[in-house]
Amino acid sequence: MLQHRHLLGIEGLSKAEITTILDLAELYAKQNRSAQKHSTALSGMTQVNMFFEASTRTQSSFEIAGKRLGADVMNMQMSASSISKGETLIDTAMTLNAMHPDLLVVRHPHSGAVALLAEKVNCAVLNAGDGRHEHPTQALLDALTIRRAKGRLHRLTIAICGDIAHSRVARSNLLLLGKMENRVRLVGPRTLMPSGIDQLGVEITDDMEAGLQGADVVMMLRLQKERMDGGFIPSEREYYHRWGLDAAKLAHAKPDAIVMHPGPMNRGVEIDGVLADDINRSVIQEQVEMGVAVRMAAMDLLARGLRAQPEGVYV
Amino acid sequence: MTTLTNARLIDPESGAITLGGVRLEDGVIVEILPEGAEGIDCGGKCLAPGIIDIGVKIGEPGERHKESFRTAGRSAAAGGITTMVTRPDTTPAIDSPELLDFFSRRAADLAPVNVLPMAALTKGRDGAEMTEISFLRDAGAVAFTDGDRPLQNPKTLQRALTYAADLGALVMAHPQEPTLSKGACATAGPLASLMGLPAVSPMAERIQLERDMALVEMTGARYHADQITTAAALPTLERAKKAGLKVSAGVSAHHLTLNQFDIEGYRTFFKLKPPLRTEDDRLAVVDAVQSGLIDIICSMHTPQDEESKRLPFEEAASGAVGLETLLPACMQLVHAGHLTLPELFRALALNPAKLLGLEAGRLAVGAPADLILFDPDKPFVLNRTKLHSKSKNTPYDLRRMEGVVLQTYVAGAQVFPLDD
Repeated sequence: MLQHRHLLGIEGLSKAEITTILDLAELYAKQNRSAQKHSTALSGMTQVNMFFEASTRTQSSFEIAGKRLGADVMNMQMSASSISKGETLIDTAMTLNAMHPDLLVVRHPHSGAVALLAEKVNCAVLNAGDGRHEHPTQALLDALTIRRAKGRLHRLTIAICGDIAHSRVARSNLLLLGKMENRVRLVGPRTLMPSGIDQLGVEITDDMEAGLQGADVVMMLRLQKERMDGGFIPSEREYYHRWGLDAAKLAHAKPDAIVMHPGPMNRGVEIDGVLADDINRSVIQEQVEMGVAVRMAAMDLLARGLRAQPEGVYV
Repeated sequence: MTTLTNARLIDPESGAITLGGVRLEDGVIVEILPEGAEGIDCGGKCLAPGIIDIGVKIGEPGERHKESFRTAGRSAAAGGITTMVTRPDTTPAIDSPELLDFFSRRAADLAPVNVLPMAALTKGRDGAEMTEISFLRDAGAVAFTDGDRPLQNPKTLQRALTYAADLGALVMAHPQEPTLSKGACATAGPLASLMGLPAVSPMAERIQLERDMALVEMTGARYHADQITTAAALPTLERAKKAGLKVSAGVSAHHLTLNQFDIEGYRTFFKLKPPLRTEDDRLAVVDAVQSGLIDIICSMHTPQDEESKRLPFEEAASGAVGLETLLPACMQLVHAGHLTLPELFRALALNPAKLLGLEAGRLAVGAPADLILFDPDKPFVLNRTKLHSKSKNTPYDLRRMEGVVLQTYVAGAQVFPLDD
């Protein structure tokens, strides 16, 4: 069980909790590959997915995870409904809370918004990404993918490359990988590095070859053009030339280094298309697979927490 | 006639604290009394000139649900502020003599303390055309400012400063480079990066101040920077003062007592403009107040209703109420040994009075009897619901503070506490 009612970020998780989630996810990964994918961890429970930001991958991953655990799953497209009518985030949350959902999966364009919402509801809230702050299930699924490929999740050299500044995935990942005692390098143009990030126990370089030197894991990030207000890089072709991952740059990493990407990819911008599809190096498809397993594990553990609450506190 | 005796007199002009009293008649101080005179016994508490707070936002016109003259005035009286110098960033902005006249009449009818209005520097505060500075001054505007909207176009500012300089009018600016600080709600650094908040480098303050100093040098205008909050901007200010430019600067009590870590947990009551700074910056600015490089401490009273604060951090309104917490917040600096009481009242009363050419702000014969009696040591826990202000958005809720205003006098009449 987890120490918290909600899963709002990696920041609040202990090493032991991370391991607990990954161990359970491992079981669900196995189950997901079998013909009998259903279990009853969430049976009788209602899961609502509230996405204030467009998402296909994460939302469907949470939806499949909930359904496989036996929950009633509802998807709400928030941009279409209450926001346009001027309802505040807190009112939306309170309204929904009155319908007694058990699990609320929330994505919001503003940092801290999911935590704000979590304060106002009785159910368990899962952060599916808030602004540039955190995306905990993505970091957990990345961790599981790494652990399965490398056999361990400590003392690895991991290069996180590209658009760090606009990435919640990078923040959650560097927190998680740091907690598990790995060596984390951030590689990318200085214009895409968050300010003061060098004070957080990571190595920073703008040289892709130096950054990849001896790396066990190469994690590419998407260039988040939609979050930029212009002028971070001169052009996509120059970006690809200096920081796009191709076979030549990857040759500086360890021979058995794996290539990761949280998706969706900009082929030919941050990663070479052929490399992304290379089943010997790229674990991008496995990341998607582990996403479902990790989300099942996280929701299962939060549901156990809910069921363990004394009568009257919850509901 | 009122005689107050057996008080510790805080005289910011001489820097002395003496035991004695004052005799008030016809709204002015007519005599400074030695120890042991007959009169109302102040029990050894501190008697100081009333606070002159430059940069108070009142919700009238336009946002009376956030603050009215009446509630702001009562809040000021309770906080020991005897003169509120108000901001023109209302809806609509105070940018015409007619509006200013309406504003002043409402203020005189409803506020128990002095209200001196500032007027907009440009029409509609949109940074394009200067307002009728001369007419507005005749109507009572004591300074000209576009509030927290920095004037982006140097040509407009150059003309406004030149025009104001001819009239001897004071211009108050918000020195934050607007393109860098656009959308920012935290100070750039590891904390903002981890929280994923749009942030601005502290250099944005220095860049704008440097530009403004060049324009002041060019035009000879009188210039007041509303808030200087970073160590990086201090050398610029010092250089300008040494060069003899007519420049002064203020800082809010919030920036003197809080730092960037207070926004952790996305606490929107700590979302200010400019954003809270690092602890190094805070200490540098406290030192600058002590040395006199920064002239004035203000509350930057900015009332916001609950709705505008109960939002994700980026979307939430910025600003905090500060009238009633100004003195106890500043007393933290006194108790920590950063400032003496006379130094504090130099920044709270004497310097603002000098800047605006007022007789107040002093404990001297002939000065207006705008006085406060306070207990510098009395501890309390702040309860925001008890504030007189209509809006309760204080960052100090539940904070342990010291320093309680016992009585406030405006022109010799007691305005706090009132028995009603």
